[in-house]
Amino acid sequence: MAAIALTALTKEFPGGVRALDALDLSITDGEFFALLGPSGCGKTTLLRTIAGLESPTAGTVHIGARDVTALPPGARNVAMVFQDYALFPHMNVQENIEYPLRIRRTPRHERAQRSAQVGTELGLAKLMERRPAELSGGQQQRVALARAVACRPQVFLFDEPLSNLDARLRLEARTFLKRLQREVGVTTVFVTHDQAEALALADRIAVMESGKIRQVGTPREVFGRPATTFVANFIGSTPMNLVPGDVRGGGVTVAGQRLDLPGALADRLHDGEKVVVGVRPEYLTLSATPDGAALSGQVSIVEHLGTSSLVTVEVDGELIGATVPEEDEPPAGATVWLRPQEGRVLIYRASDGTLVSA
Amino acid sequence: MSTPDALHRPGPAAGVDRSATTGGMDGPGTPDGRDAALTMVRRILFYVLVAFGTAFFALPMLWLLSAPFDDTPTYAVGLPDVLTLDNFAEIFRNRYAVSSLVNSTILAVGTMAVVVTFAALAAYALSRARVPGRDALLYLLLLLSSVVTGTAAMVPIFLLIFQLRLIDSHFGVVLVLSGGLLPAAIFLLKDFIDTIPRSYEESARVFGASPLQILRHIVVPVARPGLATIAVWTLVQVWGSFLTPFILLRNPDKQPAAVLVRTFYTEGGSPNLGLLAAFSLLYSVPVVLMYLLAWSRYGFRFHGGIKS
Repeated sequence: MAAIALTALTKEFPGGVRALDALDLSITDGEFFALLGPSGCGKTTLLRTIAGLESPTAGTVHIGARDVTALPPGARNVAMVFQDYALFPHMNVQENIEYPLRIRRTPRHERAQRSAQVGTELGLAKLMERRPAELSGGQQQRVALARAVACRPQVFLFDEPLSNLDARLRLEARTFLKRLQREVGVTTVFVTHDQAEALALADRIAVMESGKIRQVGTPREVFGRPATTFVANFIGSTPMNLVPGDVRGGGVTVAGQRLDLPGALADRLHDGEKVVVGVRPEYLTLSATPDGAALSGQVSIVEHLGTSSLVTVEVDGELIGATVPEEDEPPAGATVWLRPQEGRVLIYRASDGTLVSA
Repeated sequence: MSTPDALHRPGPAAGVDRSATTGGMDGPGTPDGRDAALTMVRRILFYVLVAFGTAFFALPMLWLLSAPFDDTPTYAVGLPDVLTLDNFAEIFRNRYAVSSLVNSTILAVGTMAVVVTFAALAAYALSRARVPGRDALLYLLLLLSSVVTGTAAMVPIFLLIFQLRLIDSHFGVVLVLSGGLLPAAIFLLKDFIDTIPRSYEESARVFGASPLQILRHIVVPVARPGLATIAVWTLVQVWGSFLTPFILLRNPDKQPAAVLVRTFYTEGGSPNLGLLAAFSLLYSVPVVLMYLLAWSRYGFRFHGGIKS
């Protein structure tokens, strides 16, 4: 068990690509931490730098009290699960699970005992003699996890461990992973490009973009109050509505119509400032009658999402999405009014995309 | 010829059915019937051609199987009038014949050991390290390798080996043959190792394995089919090579089988066919066995990472 501290971590690849840019991050002991971002944002490089598979150009990595920046991967006491699981094809399940112990010269009977115990915990008891090629994707993933658990590391590093599973299995594996991490209590860093996965699993999330961390916070914070328009755009299965507007007389003009500014923000913005108004489709109430301070427009598309529907409304040329419960969908072409729920409107500065907070 | 007949003769019920439905329409003379006949003729011609081709290549093999057991062998293929093992007895009486097979084995196994070891190390390094101009280097080596064991380079190679005082030594021949075979072996193995995911090695590294342990526990076992392919290929190449050992080994006690075959002549100067055939049969058996062994053990397949 150990905390992880990264200070001014920079990684520049030959050719001048800066995958990590003076990055600071601390992950507390026992935390389930997700690194989230689009492909190419540096999240995998960051994970590999913590593992020691990449050496940073500058900065330090601490695991627990130790500075491990100069240590080889094997001396860092971490276990990594790769995206393709990296199970050794010529060894059976038991030999795979025992491999880290074999490297550490653990006595043979203790190895067998520990692999049997971990195998049973992870539901692999009947598969111990099989080769990886004879296992399903979900079973392979559990073997990879068992191998990581069996070597009792201070830190787990997971590189998109769910992305090779089909959608249904992924949900199952997600629950399994979270329960496993709770039981073992090992600090876990988890790389994913799937925001739903990060929201579901992590205690805290770091959202990355081009080698920098844009926001660190609990899933609730990151979902409810994204710090920048990039994060706002990235998080949420239905993307947040981001509409340009102007501040005018204590309100904000959006698509030719006026919305009230959230109370405390008025004095942080000056008249005429360009802003981006962000509000999640889930936080917009749609009604067929004029409804106080609301935006009116015509329904253009209705998409069914299961228990709810996403209604896209055209408001003076801007497309704004709102979710409504199933069977409450308005007909296409109807005029409707959209009212944001209290306290759910976020204002970003148009200049740098940062959240204006009270 | 009974199988096709049986196939074309349906059961009574089916026969009735068929004549009922297709009887009047498919008679000879209609365009469909002529097409079918043409297809049939074409197919017959094709198989006749294939049969001739097969016979052409099979005849020498048959000769190799029959001639050694014939007491008066000729160039013709035929069942021997009198079956005999005299030819083999004479081979074993020959002062050089058996030792030449031993020499061939020494050369082949020695070269194989050198080629597999160095090709594996070089291919692994070339596959994993970032070397500028790596592919150009490989192609250049491949191009030059055909020169090393080729006729054009024989004089300089002879002089080189002479200066090294390695004439008449198996070691010298192994060095030259290895030099000629290594580039192609490296090229083939590098392609093979390229297909092994790096995550295997990285995973082992994170668990604390040393580079040597990674090579021993992960890379070599996973690459074993590739290594076996290279090993068999090298053995066969050396077993059949003539020019290099012919030039570098002057002492008949040291010459391999491929070189010795040349000396099986009667006093009259014509080839001693019985001896030649018997020796050739002995000479080709190990190669065939090796192919069969490698095929059955590895089948030249690769067990890969995960299912996609």
